[in-house]
Amino acid sequence: MFEKALSGSRRYWTLVFILLALVGAGFFFYLRQLSDGLSITGMGRDVSWGFYISQFTFLVGVAASAVMVVLPYYLHDFRAFGKITILGEFLAISAVSMCVLFIFVDMGQPFRIFNVFLHPSPNSMMFWDTVVLIGYLLLNLFIGWATLGAERKGVAPPAWSRPLIYISIPWAVSIHTVTAFLYAGIPGRHLWLTAIMAARFLASAFASGPALLILLCMIVRRYTRFDPGREPIQALGKIVAYAMTINVFFIALEFFTAYYSGIPSHSHSLEYLFFGLEGHGSLAPFMWTSMGLAALALTLLINPSTRHNERWLATGAAAVFFSTWLDKGLGLVVGGFIPSPFESITEYSPTVPELMISLGVWAIGFLILTLLYKITVAVREEA
Amino acid sequence: MRDKMKIFAGAAIFLAVALFPLWYVRTTGKASIVPEPKIVNAGKECVNAKEYMREYHMTMLNEWRDEVVREGRRTPIVIAGVEYQKSLSDACMKCHANKSDFCDVCHNYLGVSPTCWDCHNSPKEPKHEIR
Amino acid sequence: MKYDKNYELSRREFIRKAALLGLSVGGSKTLMEVVFGDDILAASTDENPATVRWAMVVDMTKCSRREDCSDCMAVCHRTHNVPAISNRRHEIKWIWREPFVNAFPELKEGRLRKDLYGAGFIVLCNHCDNPPCVRVCPTRATWRRQDGIVMMDMHRCIGCRYCMAACPYGSRSFNWMDPRKILDEKAINQDYPTRTKGVVEKCDFCAERIDRGMLPVCVEACKEKALVFGNLSDAGSPVSGLLAGRFAIRRKPELGTRPEVYYIV
Repeated sequence: MFEKALSGSRRYWTLVFILLALVGAGFFFYLRQLSDGLSITGMGRDVSWGFYISQFTFLVGVAASAVMVVLPYYLHDFRAFGKITILGEFLAISAVSMCVLFIFVDMGQPFRIFNVFLHPSPNSMMFWDTVVLIGYLLLNLFIGWATLGAERKGVAPPAWSRPLIYISIPWAVSIHTVTAFLYAGIPGRHLWLTAIMAARFLASAFASGPALLILLCMIVRRYTRFDPGREPIQALGKIVAYAMTINVFFIALEFFTAYYSGIPSHSHSLEYLFFGLEGHGSLAPFMWTSMGLAALALTLLINPSTRHNERWLATGAAAVFFSTWLDKGLGLVVGGFIPSPFESITEYSPTVPELMISLGVWAIGFLILTLLYKITVAVREEA
Repeated sequence: MRDKMKIFAGAAIFLAVALFPLWYVRTTGKASIVPEPKIVNAGKECVNAKEYMREYHMTMLNEWRDEVVREGRRTPIVIAGVEYQKSLSDACMKCHANKSDFCDVCHNYLGVSPTCWDCHNSPKEPKHEIR
Repeated sequence: MKYDKNYELSRREFIRKAALLGLSVGGSKTLMEVVFGDDILAASTDENPATVRWAMVVDMTKCSRREDCSDCMAVCHRTHNVPAISNRRHEIKWIWREPFVNAFPELKEGRLRKDLYGAGFIVLCNHCDNPPCVRVCPTRATWRRQDGIVMMDMHRCIGCRYCMAACPYGSRSFNWMDPRKILDEKAINQDYPTRTKGVVEKCDFCAERIDRGMLPVCVEACKEKALVFGNLSDAGSPVSGLLAGRFAIRRKPELGTRPEVYYIV
């Protein structure tokens, strides 16, 4: 089926080449990072994780969201999702690939990455995150390829794909829970030391992933002859509405505990993020934008009349995606390091090389997505 | 398979050409360049025999690394009454004191770049004329 | 169809079997390491008291507390080839001064004894008994020795900086660039390696000296004898003696890390 990605319209090839150009630019900057070290990024001794890890954290959520289409269809026979489970699974493959790449570009000694497997450390959540992410990638690769291949041949998917699909459902939850555990078990970072970290992660994942899937379905409908249909997009809209409501509720819960308890260390990071601390507040505009977008999203998505209108639905979905991207990516990861263990403030902003490398990784992800979706659409179009 | 003979003949010629460096040196015993590492502080006995070291010095160094760093076992090795620390810089480089004339000769010949000296110190070398 | 008519393996079946073989070969090494690998959490317990438990007492009543006194830091950084980087974001430090209110932020509320407001406390890795940095390392490039020292293996570190996120004391530094570009070639201590870019480093209680029965260089260098190092498991050691008689505090003890650097204030 690979050959289906090698023939397409002029528009398709333009997209592919633009993405390849972005990948090339990112790669060029990455070579600089390999030779000069991570000093070319904006990270430092106090904020030792930055844009790369924030993108990784956000994308694990997007990857986990495939379960939101797989579960209703395979466990509850929700027929409407029949045509788009493959789109969810391929989105998961693209997202997990980006996760792995963001980890790779963040490492100081990336060529030693096999040490994680040569010297496995079950005590470390990062070890388990590597295991479950690679497992999830393989699961979706096998399931997606087998189901699409079977569809193309006009036969039922192979019997072994069923148990794998059932496994992928709790596995999807596990990848984001383990990623949350990366943060939630660290004693010294008070923004992260919350029992609801995994719950927050899952809520924002189930909001942001399906939101992106809505937009991707609309794009596929617009530019190809495959129409996912109105019903699945509406169902996804409801899922995003509920998930985003819970996500915003959880954020409010964090504020309550931080401020009502009165314990200074519990609220310092939130204070810095939203209001600024000791004259430093460079992230506040981003956090309030995130909240504004969240409010807009909830208004559009909870209200049935706007949700039923696909233009407003698309706006709401985009608002959810960017709101969660700002809050989970920038806010959560960077905010955890500010103030430092010495309660001093060192601010962080990504550098141009850092952003170019990140853009390159996003481009690789969208390239994978484009190729996989092209194959899917080609199979559907010839049927 | 009408072209069987042509395919086998082609494959045989390819293998002969591709493996030329191996079978030529094996049969005639002549290599165009033989690396000649020079030992500066000769006269002391090495921690292991030359043939063993040629093949296993990296394995031995890794074992030393794990023993010293990870297990804290720093007991020196005693060869002919002389103590050697289990250390690249404090043992090996004290005798093989000229990295360019000893270590680099074979490493460059084989095209390997070990990263040991990114961290571990090598003795200062006197400048010598370009050969 | 697994087999074609000549009873040879189909391409698909071959790839499947090859992948399984590769995975089982690779996986078995991993499994062996998990089962037989080094034990990282060998902390001492009351049922199994360690015979050696290294600790340090920082007697701030003896320390000069002055910004211009940097004997311990200078000798440590010189001995261990720690580069002096002017950009604060990239700086590497194993032992340094922090104002009391920064070293002990939970204690800064309210009214303090006057002399503490300007005091520069000596801070370093606390070599915790229950170190979160060790817990999170995905390769066990950092681990806790039986005698309490939290070690770094620069060969194994992949530079993920998870340990830096996990340390509640900010004790760890990362090599954001090649330190040899900063270090003065002539001033490098030939008896100790440098590091390379992309690995984390921190104080290791001069493990290579401890193992030879010597004291850490900072302890030896302090003119006021403010740094005391010894074996807590030995009731007769200087640290045991000091702590038995004087009140000492530790940084963030409520986090359960059980730090082994004590401060006499």
